[in-house]
Amino acid sequence: MKKYEYDVAVIGAGPAGLAAALEARKNGAERVAVLERDFEAGGILNQCIHNGFGLHYFKEELTGPEYAERFIRELRETDIELKLNTMVLSVSQNRHIIAVNPQEGVLGIDAGAVILAMGCRERPRGSLGIPGTRPAGIFTAGTAQRYVNMEGCMVGKKVVILGSGDIGLIMARRMVLEGAQVMACVELMPYSAGLRRNIVQCLDDFDIPLYLSSTITEIRGRRRVESVVISQVDKDRKPIPGTEKEIECDTVLLSVGLIPENELSKNAGIELDMRTKGPVVYENMETSVPGIFACGNVAQVHDLVDFVTMESIRAGKAAAEYAAHGEEPSPCFELFASKGLGYILPQRARMDRIGDFLDVFFRVNDIYEDVSIVVKSNGGEIARFRRDYAAPGEMEKIRIPKKLLTGNEIEVSLKGGDRE
Amino acid sequence: MKEFTCIVCPKGCRIFADGDALTGAGCGRGLEYVRSEMENPTRMVTSTVRLSGSQLPRLPVKTSAPIPKEMMLRAAELLNDVTVQAPVESGAVIVKNILGTGVDFIATKSVGE
Repeated sequence: MKKYEYDVAVIGAGPAGLAAALEARKNGAERVAVLERDFEAGGILNQCIHNGFGLHYFKEELTGPEYAERFIRELRETDIELKLNTMVLSVSQNRHIIAVNPQEGVLGIDAGAVILAMGCRERPRGSLGIPGTRPAGIFTAGTAQRYVNMEGCMVGKKVVILGSGDIGLIMARRMVLEGAQVMACVELMPYSAGLRRNIVQCLDDFDIPLYLSSTITEIRGRRRVESVVISQVDKDRKPIPGTEKEIECDTVLLSVGLIPENELSKNAGIELDMRTKGPVVYENMETSVPGIFACGNVAQVHDLVDFVTMESIRAGKAAAEYAAHGEEPSPCFELFASKGLGYILPQRARMDRIGDFLDVFFRVNDIYEDVSIVVKSNGGEIARFRRDYAAPGEMEKIRIPKKLLTGNEIEVSLKGGDRE
Repeated sequence: MKEFTCIVCPKGCRIFADGDALTGAGCGRGLEYVRSEMENPTRMVTSTVRLSGSQLPRLPVKTSAPIPKEMMLRAAELLNDVTVQAPVESGAVIVKNILGTGVDFIATKSVGE
């Protein structure tokens, strides 16, 4: 087995891994490696050929491949080692990585710090339990995106999209531009989970109907999808009998959520959060296992790659520090997502590692207007933030001044805010 | 009063136009967007062309500037017969002067051989 030693080893060369590796190198980690299972770096950005990336970070509008290329070029100018076609099989608590690639066979890597940047996976049909037959023509939206944009395979001619998350909306437009007909986009919730601008430029621009509070209740077809039945749902998201409507189509795309990729994290014994569905992290993106960090979609599913980049910069910096100096255990407090919040990140923070502010990220669990975000410490209110509008489709961030953090538990909840 | 959802950035401001008066825009680009949306709506178009001599068979492209919205589908059709030979540099012109607009399709990815 070939052996390597690095100060910082990064798993995944998507936007999170690339930004984290560069930042680790800039912060004094001399030997940095990025392990990527695909034949090229860039991760999911390579299939996201639409534009709109980079407005916060680069102050200009880039496509996914262009955004990736900025980081890949920067990486090539450094001595960071990019190991492509390299699949990581395991990570241990003492930061020993076992990986495999066709050139070198099995590799054993010892790292001063490890950064998990594996991204997430799509929820498949099996996790939805849609009744009906099991014909060809059912894809997750991201898989279809890769087929169409990278592999050059068209997935179908008449498409119904289930779920109105951003990938589903973006794919609706892509399918039309490639000559397919998009019959409908069907969303279980009474609102779309995607960004508002994607509703406008992907559905409205092409007159694609969006059915809210509706779902697919049957998929029909023997060899290939022939039609779907959609039904309206009540407020408990149960289909309402008598509202069924059959839509002829040959393809169903599922855009029904993303789940952080946790295989390696679980095997490393890293504590996971039921709500983010990714690892529990501290203020500097360190997981429950010292020296192992997580950033990007593996930690929480982001809407914007710019926020992935910024989160990964924090992880890269912290990993370089850990590799150089290690860390002494220090007292920490917990953060709780209370009423109105779907999750909160970080889940834990250590007072002595917080700068002037603690940045806290979360998603709300419903649509709210004129709502207050209330931060409590040991039961007493310490800060309050106003929002005109908050929706589950858009990640929220609040910045709490360190001097307000005194207790050993922080609870964030929503107050007021009429539900639409 | 007409409502627009700004598509300039992911924030997606809801901007209301009452005659010439615009309210709700978070920044100047939103105002610009609504004015253009009322006069001559334009969109960036992104798609792919056939690529030979590389590991993957498609090369992503985009319009070098927004084009009139009603031209989107016809512009995308122009790409059907285009084949590009690797290597290609990001930014290289793939189709010149789309439908007389003066806007080009350019590559958005650098691909080696």
